[in-house]
Amino acid sequence: MTNVLSDAGDFTVDASEGLRLTPDDAERITGWTLKPEGMCRGAVCVPLPAAMTSGGRVDLPAFWRHLGNPLLTDAAKEVWVLGAGAEERNASLIGLEAPGITLPDLAGVPHSLAALRGKKVLLTTWASW
Amino acid sequence: MFDSLKAENFMVVAVAEESRGAEAARPWIEQAAPGYWCLIDQDHRLAALYGMVNVPQCAWIDEQGRVVRGPEATGSTDHFRQMDLATRTMTPDLLEARNAARVSYMDAVRDWVLTGRHALAEDAARAALPRITPDIAMADTHFRLGVWLHRHGKATEAATHFAEASRLHPDSWNMWRQAADLDPVGNASGEAFWARVAALGDRPFYKPPDLPGFHG
Repeated sequence: MTNVLSDAGDFTVDASEGLRLTPDDAERITGWTLKPEGMCRGAVCVPLPAAMTSGGRVDLPAFWRHLGNPLLTDAAKEVWVLGAGAEERNASLIGLEAPGITLPDLAGVPHSLAALRGKKVLLTTWASW
Repeated sequence: MFDSLKAENFMVVAVAEESRGAEAARPWIEQAAPGYWCLIDQDHRLAALYGMVNVPQCAWIDEQGRVVRGPEATGSTDHFRQMDLATRTMTPDLLEARNAARVSYMDAVRDWVLTGRHALAEDAARAALPRITPDIAMADTHFRLGVWLHRHGKATEAATHFAEASRLHPDSWNMWRQAADLDPVGNASGEAFWARVAALGDRPFYKPPDLPGFHG
């Protein structure tokens, strides 16, 4: 099993040949869906070279690099990190819509920022270090 | 502050940027036992999403889910840079000035909650945003890999990714101090920290927010 970390969370997947994933796993991790015209998210479709989707699996690192997004793996290739690209992040910030995030409390219960719509929110950080 | 405003359709979300995990944050949260959300962000994902580089930093979000201020320091100032490093103490004047700035910031938050004042117009809110560069996006990716490796017993390999993250995004005190703290506890405020603060020269550690009456 291989670990994949993305904006959507931490995942453990059954990968073959590096990080070739089923289209369902690829979608869960990236939000991009495999369609006949390529990988699609919302109204945007990115055509892919046939080799990236051969055998019914998506070559996720190749796809991520194709998008120009940051991608890293460790020496043992146990874990891959799919980062969000700078331009996508800037576009999201400039829209001024507060980026959504879900994080756990001390008991591990997840809380989503989106649930606070309708209230004013002071979203602030701290650390023990 | 929160208790006096919670009837005003207001919420505080306090996020611990804490790669050691929930247990490292627990004593502080349990002692304060606040009525607002206290969340744990092991991977510093919030900092990455909002372009935050230090703690405490905040964003003000209105009822429509729009960012109307931030990211900016949540009332913290650079007065600490004048402390006596031998004794780690600050003069009463400095402590007073630091406290006055904090109070002034919290007054501004209260004012916003009650009247809407200090929310920035869209152009000003946009102008205050950080710009995410490809180097920063890659730094966040290295940092996240480093946290995962550290959590899985690969501290040496993790350290190379933390170092690369700080090289690519030197303005992030969050990444640098978290990595220092993951080594031996306390290093985030050790000699190397003070050397890094001194190297700022005239640049601020906490950039003062543009608020009337706030003196950083």
